[in-house]
Amino acid sequence: MPKAHDILFRTLADPTRRAIFERLCRDGEQTVGALTAQARVSQPAVSKHLGVLKQAGLVRDRHAGRQTHYSAQLGALAPLLDWTSQMAGFWRSKFDRLEDLLKRMDQ
Amino acid sequence: MNDAAAATLSVVVERELPYPPDKIWRALTQPHLIEEWLMQNDFAPVVGHRFNLRGDWGGVLDCEVLVVEPDKTLSYTWNFKHADAAYNLESVVTFRLNATRTRTHLRMEQAGFRPEQKQALAGAKAGWRQFFAKLEQVAART
Repeated sequence: MPKAHDILFRTLADPTRRAIFERLCRDGEQTVGALTAQARVSQPAVSKHLGVLKQAGLVRDRHAGRQTHYSAQLGALAPLLDWTSQMAGFWRSKFDRLEDLLKRMDQ
Repeated sequence: MNDAAAATLSVVVERELPYPPDKIWRALTQPHLIEEWLMQNDFAPVVGHRFNLRGDWGGVLDCEVLVVEPDKTLSYTWNFKHADAAYNLESVVTFRLNATRTRTHLRMEQAGFRPEQKQALAGAKAGWRQFFAKLEQVAART
């Protein structure tokens, strides 16, 4: 689990890479060319970022003819959501108890 | 530090409560009341006070009071030591109370980071210190 965290944090720490990932999340599957048109970096740079994202499991590629299409793999973010969703659940249940207590407390 | 921590991992849970802030403040700061909704504790509303929260599961959290602004803000560290460093948790919990005419908006934010991230954070801070030190040197020369 911690190792997965490290890889995800490292991968998404780069703003250009994060922007590419966000674009894929927002707009769905894209080719390298389409992504480059939007990015402020060269196509080889975009390809390199996609390679890192792919290694982290954050994107998947699909070859069709001479084009490679990339899509976001949101499931890869699960290790990150884990800690926060666990703690959010913990606090919500504690707040339920707090509300009960407030109801019982004397004014 | 809080900004950097929030940028890494942070949990926010909010609730509108039909009570005045001072009543909620008591529930957040009186040990016998804290125990009723949160955990067993030896809390005291004094900045710098170190205390433990003891969970039903047997876990013990190490805490230190950071901010006490009655009826407004309460903040303490929420650290969990574990033999396996991977499970260590260092975080800060902050409760904010915002009174409206008839209700109080309670906001809890827990911002946390793991040891390696803390190192990164310390590195970033050291970088800024160096930057300011250099700036001072430059300013002194001009």
